[in-house]
Amino acid sequence: MAIRIAGVDLPQNKRGEVALTYIYGIGRSSANTILEKAGVDRDIKVKDWNDDQTTKIREIIGEEFKVEGDLRSEVQLNIKRLMDIGCYRGVRHRIGLPVRGQSTKNNARTRKGRKKTVANKKKATK
Amino acid sequence: MSRSLKKGPYINVKLENKVLAMTESGKKNVIKTWARASMISPDFVGHTIAVHNGNKFIPVYVTENMVGHKLGEFSPTRNFRGHGGNKKR
Repeated sequence: MAIRIAGVDLPQNKRGEVALTYIYGIGRSSANTILEKAGVDRDIKVKDWNDDQTTKIREIIGEEFKVEGDLRSEVQLNIKRLMDIGCYRGVRHRIGLPVRGQSTKNNARTRKGRKKTVANKKKATK
Repeated sequence: MSRSLKKGPYINVKLENKVLAMTESGKKNVIKTWARASMISPDFVGHTIAVHNGNKFIPVYVTENMVGHKLGEFSPTRNFRGHGGNKKR
């Protein structure tokens, strides 16, 4: 009887505070706010929640938080808006380079992906 | 770091006056400007503004989505054409 919130199975053996962070869009701090509002101690493990508490938590997340699919699509829409208006940030998204002014001489591998080795990069020979 | 809210958005005064004058007279001319740091205010929507990029003026047609961005964001100062030139050989 795994507990399912917003389409995610919560891990049974973790404390509520940590377990809630398995949902996309909820981190430690919002997990704590949720638990506080629901009146659940943050140290209680998920498997020890009773039904009332579960419903309450689910309600709070449903009403006050944007999570999972909705949040993901919102993020995607924001990126798409930047790309559509053709501003600098949008261009950087389009060509897959860092958006926030980081250096790209070295590194920046998270955005650029795995290294693409240039074959036969010759020194200036005639 | 973002700009202090106390100051409000930076909108180049001269540019804004020009835009407002154009809206009043109903004309749609291209306005040249160097004020890349100027925020796009809602009054600019529908106008074309030529933003200088250090070399030439890039015409920017302002749409509603662009409000709140700065003019310079739409006029790239660098022109990257890709690495290498091996394709010719």
